[in-house]
Amino acid sequence: MNRFLLPLGAFVLLVLVLGIGIRHAPEKGVIASPLIGKPAPPFALPSLTDPARVVRSEELKGHWYLFNVWGTWCGECRAEHDMLLQVGRAGVLPLIGLDWKDDDAQALAWLAQLGNPYQAVAVDRSGRAAIDWGVYGAPETFLVNPQGIVVYKHVGALTRETWTREILPRVSAAAATRS
Amino acid sequence: MTRSARVAVLTGCAALGLASLCRGVDPTQLPDPALQARYVALTHELRCMQCQNESLADSPVDLAADLRRQVREQLLAGKSDDEVRSWMAARYGDFILFRPRYSWRTAWLWGAPVALLLVGALVSWRVVRSRATLLATDREPVEEDGGS
Repeated sequence: MNRFLLPLGAFVLLVLVLGIGIRHAPEKGVIASPLIGKPAPPFALPSLTDPARVVRSEELKGHWYLFNVWGTWCGECRAEHDMLLQVGRAGVLPLIGLDWKDDDAQALAWLAQLGNPYQAVAVDRSGRAAIDWGVYGAPETFLVNPQGIVVYKHVGALTRETWTREILPRVSAAAATRS
Repeated sequence: MTRSARVAVLTGCAALGLASLCRGVDPTQLPDPALQARYVALTHELRCMQCQNESLADSPVDLAADLRRQVREQLLAGKSDDEVRSWMAARYGDFILFRPRYSWRTAWLWGAPVALLLVGALVSWRVVRSRATLLATDREPVEEDGGS
């Protein structure tokens, strides 16, 4: 009996370790952002629609907003655009765009053709702002609270499911505790 | 590099299909050789977040080029290797570091091999001991191997 105890113990231990590994494995291909729970990176970038204007992160403090990183070269961005338009129409919180390493004329044509869901679009030609946000593939969407803290990040096309299950509950829970 | 050596390298990587290596993804040449050496080492131990199994040094994608630019600028600004690593990890997480940092969360990476070695030593010690006691109590005459 005793001679089976040690291998059995080792096996149980292995199952436990692998089980924990599988349970905690992040969704394949999605990398957890170290930004969650930290202040959103500050930025001051030219506006796409109004070259004379500068979009500043300080202006956004004090209310919730969604920060959406996109580009006309990005196929998935087209796929999520309808959802973005619905978010824009819902009027729950403003949508701020970051046009990442894109051509301004093409980006403007894209918004003219598909509709513009954004309250403001900041232009990041050099890609520096995107790096500050830890962006590694568009589209990426960040939820930022009124204190300017990043509370959630979604990688890939924004879906209705993400909107109703991840974003809306966070915003409304905060509204409920305040009132 | 001599001409023949260069030809050897080119044929070598052509044969291995390492096209990116031959074309040279990264043409960076920093003025100071010591800085250049640190730059090459750092870009090889930082992950390209878009292609994930390639280092910044080997990746042809845009984001890798932007991140290499960051490494370059920070080294030229006098930042230490560790400062560059921390800057990257603050934005992209520890995942960007091919060489994990030592912390309480990663301590098992270093501890596990030692622990496994100790377990192995304990098991083999017990096996050897149980064989020794077996022989001591064995009263059967030992048979000669291949006896005549």
